[in-house]
Amino acid sequence: MSHADEHELLDLATEVAAEAAPGEQVEAFVGSSTTTSVRVHGGEVESLTQATTSGIGVRVVRDGRQGFAYAGSLDPAVVAEVLAEARDNAAYAEPEDWVGLAEPDGVEPPEVDLWRDELAAMPTDRKIALALELERAVQARDPRISGVRVAQWGDGAGAAAVATSTGIAVAGRSTFCHLSVQALAADGDETRTGYGVSVGRRPDDVDLDEAADDAAERATRLLGAVQPDSGPVTLVLEPQMAAALLGVVAGTLTGEAVLKGRSPFADRVGERIASPLLTLHDDPTDPRSLGADTHDGEGLATRRVPLIEEGVLQGFLHNTTTGRRAGVPSTASAVRSFRTTPGVGAQALVLDPGEGTLDDLVSGVDRGVLVQSMSGLHSGVNPVSGDFSVGVEGLLVRDGALAEPVREATVASTLQRMLLDVAAVGGEREWTPGGTGAAALVIPGVMLSGR
Amino acid sequence: MLDDATIQRTLAAALRTGGDFAEVFVEDKRSSSAMLDDGRVEELSSGRDRGAGIRVVVGETTGFAHTADLSEEGLRAAAEAAAAAARSGGGGVREVALTRRDAPRPNGVEVLPETVAKGAKVELLRRADDAARSAGAAIRQVRARYGDSRRRILVANSEGVLAEDDQVRTLFVVSAVAVGDTGMQTGYESVGRTIGFELFDRYDVEQVARTAAERALTKLSARPAPSGTMPVVIGPGGGGVLFHEACGHGLEKDLVDKGASAFAGRLGEQVASPLVTLVDDGTMAEEWGCFAVDDEGTPAQRNVLIQDGVLTDYMWDVLRSRKAGRPVSGNGRRQSYQHLPMVRMTNTYLVAGQDDPDDIVASTERGVYVASLGGGQVNTASGDFVFGMTEAYLIEDGRITEPLREGNLIGNGPKVLRDIDAVGNDFAMGKPGTCGKDGQGVPVGDGVPTLRVRALTVGGTAA
Repeated sequence: MSHADEHELLDLATEVAAEAAPGEQVEAFVGSSTTTSVRVHGGEVESLTQATTSGIGVRVVRDGRQGFAYAGSLDPAVVAEVLAEARDNAAYAEPEDWVGLAEPDGVEPPEVDLWRDELAAMPTDRKIALALELERAVQARDPRISGVRVAQWGDGAGAAAVATSTGIAVAGRSTFCHLSVQALAADGDETRTGYGVSVGRRPDDVDLDEAADDAAERATRLLGAVQPDSGPVTLVLEPQMAAALLGVVAGTLTGEAVLKGRSPFADRVGERIASPLLTLHDDPTDPRSLGADTHDGEGLATRRVPLIEEGVLQGFLHNTTTGRRAGVPSTASAVRSFRTTPGVGAQALVLDPGEGTLDDLVSGVDRGVLVQSMSGLHSGVNPVSGDFSVGVEGLLVRDGALAEPVREATVASTLQRMLLDVAAVGGEREWTPGGTGAAALVIPGVMLSGR
Repeated sequence: MLDDATIQRTLAAALRTGGDFAEVFVEDKRSSSAMLDDGRVEELSSGRDRGAGIRVVVGETTGFAHTADLSEEGLRAAAEAAAAAARSGGGGVREVALTRRDAPRPNGVEVLPETVAKGAKVELLRRADDAARSAGAAIRQVRARYGDSRRRILVANSEGVLAEDDQVRTLFVVSAVAVGDTGMQTGYESVGRTIGFELFDRYDVEQVARTAAERALTKLSARPAPSGTMPVVIGPGGGGVLFHEACGHGLEKDLVDKGASAFAGRLGEQVASPLVTLVDDGTMAEEWGCFAVDDEGTPAQRNVLIQDGVLTDYMWDVLRSRKAGRPVSGNGRRQSYQHLPMVRMTNTYLVAGQDDPDDIVASTERGVYVASLGGGQVNTASGDFVFGMTEAYLIEDGRITEPLREGNLIGNGPKVLRDIDAVGNDFAMGKPGTCGKDGQGVPVGDGVPTLRVRALTVGGTAA
């Protein structure tokens, strides 16, 4: 099967959904993607991978009980086994009224075209040449660049289809490509790293120089980093770091977290939970986002979901199940792969930009840290309690000017407090590889821990 | 999983246009899980992934392709794609004589999870839910997850290696939410072994659930963690992730070779306190990171990485050992047939020392006691690493006092190794973990006795 033929995938999904017995709902989610990855090191191709991955996930709902099974194969015998296994699994779940598949809701899908023929037509030699050129470019940027851990070209062309016995039948396809590099800068015994990436849907979207500049600058400017003194500081988050923080916040705004008592923002709709400077949507209908899509993981048309308007909480993200339980429509926020049942999550967070360049924001800070990387977002941030503690690298800000680089330091606060304390939102919005449209954020009152 | 003749023909196809090395990796993995949340058994899930990954190495370049089609035609197509990707020149026919090299399994499996009724798995979840909720009225939410997997692999390569393994893992995880005047807190506990359903003869799911619930309840009265640099004592079994991050990744030879390790070029040097002897051991029976052979067909080994503070060896994969003309170490692992193998840890642990654990705490005037660490992350080039503390207490005047809220600790690997000034005699293995590297996750184990680091930076909010 051609990797990008979403019609064939939809035919298969529809056939499986049609197997539903009376009193039973069946959903089939079928995905297939062909990826290429070129990794280079030291002027040579380290590895070149080209492969297609396909699979199917089947949900069966009977009497309010849900069962699921998946397989990384579209072989007819395997598909039959998956359906049988999902059916068997359904018998063991405990029933609830709100359990069930999505039904067509009349919402028209946005006109976003996520497919670019130019990527499918791109020769492998060109991908290799770009990865090698990226490595050379980074090394040529600065004499202190001691090496490149890896320079990489990656791309994918994927198609997915979802069909249900309740009348859903949709399919789509998309392309994606990126160049990324991790630069090493050395001075004596000290080595620092800097990451650069550029992404797009077609080869011409990818900006090699941007990735090379970012990686080289981020690595070299950390040379000479010191462990700072502990004390309260103002954080200046570069747009990519702001996107990471907003991603954590969005995780607390899902119907799943709210309904199960795991969100610090449950019961706060209509209340101020953030600075009036903050307006945040999840908008997969925005074609500028790499998270844009016509449909969610349950086959409903995507829509723009207001989350925070001028600091006031507007509502939560829902899939069909959490929406039914909450008594509201799905916001088409089902996220999944063929290996999982639909969860709830943001697909394309978009922060309304404020005013000023990053330099303008820095110039307004007396004592702060410009953060270029965070570590331990998975280990030091608790989205239930809101406790927030992460390792940071970046530059100290002193009296409105960038000062020495910092290392071996953490910043800590709570998500609740950081949202309320946002003192400025930058005017320059960036679209991150993760699909978030984010601008820089200035957040005072955060504890810096170092010496 | 495949007959020898098919494997030989596939390797021959991979090498048809030349190449220094070719490998076929076949995997058939079945997994099942059951999840209870919000007082209800929500879902059972079953999964199957089966396919082959084929790599061809020419000079410094590896070509890789994978397929879910295990027919001879499917394998040949993948072999040709891998060979083309390696851009091999030359040509010719190479015959490969395969020699079976199956290593002994670290342990047997008594009860294959696939033979256990699904109802019995669901029953475990209900018992855990009841036990967690009985731990206190403040427990408002409980999630319990049962998971098992059986992963059968076959590896064959152009050097004649032919090895198979059958890896069965069983896991049980509980997380609880407690609600109090200070908001919500979470507690987590897990047990996992490379064994079958007999896991539940050895571990009581009620106890796992109570531990998770008690961690959440304890944190309701927790105060903000301090900020700044201070002594940190890590409890037995609670902190193997410290070594995993502080130096484990930095001792992976692929990172060393790229100048991306703070431990490059330091073999034979004193890199740690003389109290530190660090071992990576894929043979440890039943531990989460054990196996008979690694994902390149190398039998699991016990490798001493640091002996009395002196760096004795790195961890290796087949290609790097081959290039260096040295024995393999059994650290070539991959997430699935869809991934290339990399140098990875197995079960990494600090060997027990001589100190009395009580004395270690008693001789610490002010600091933090970490009973349980969460995940971590390291920048191997700079050596800086973070790890989360999921259960921690203040040490005041040599006594463990109040519980602390969650946060990260940050340190520098080479410095932390030198700053270890006490190692207890009370070794324990920790919780099952998944180690991520370049987007691939593999199961790993870790263990430590009680130990103290003279100075670590605690990422709290209190002055």
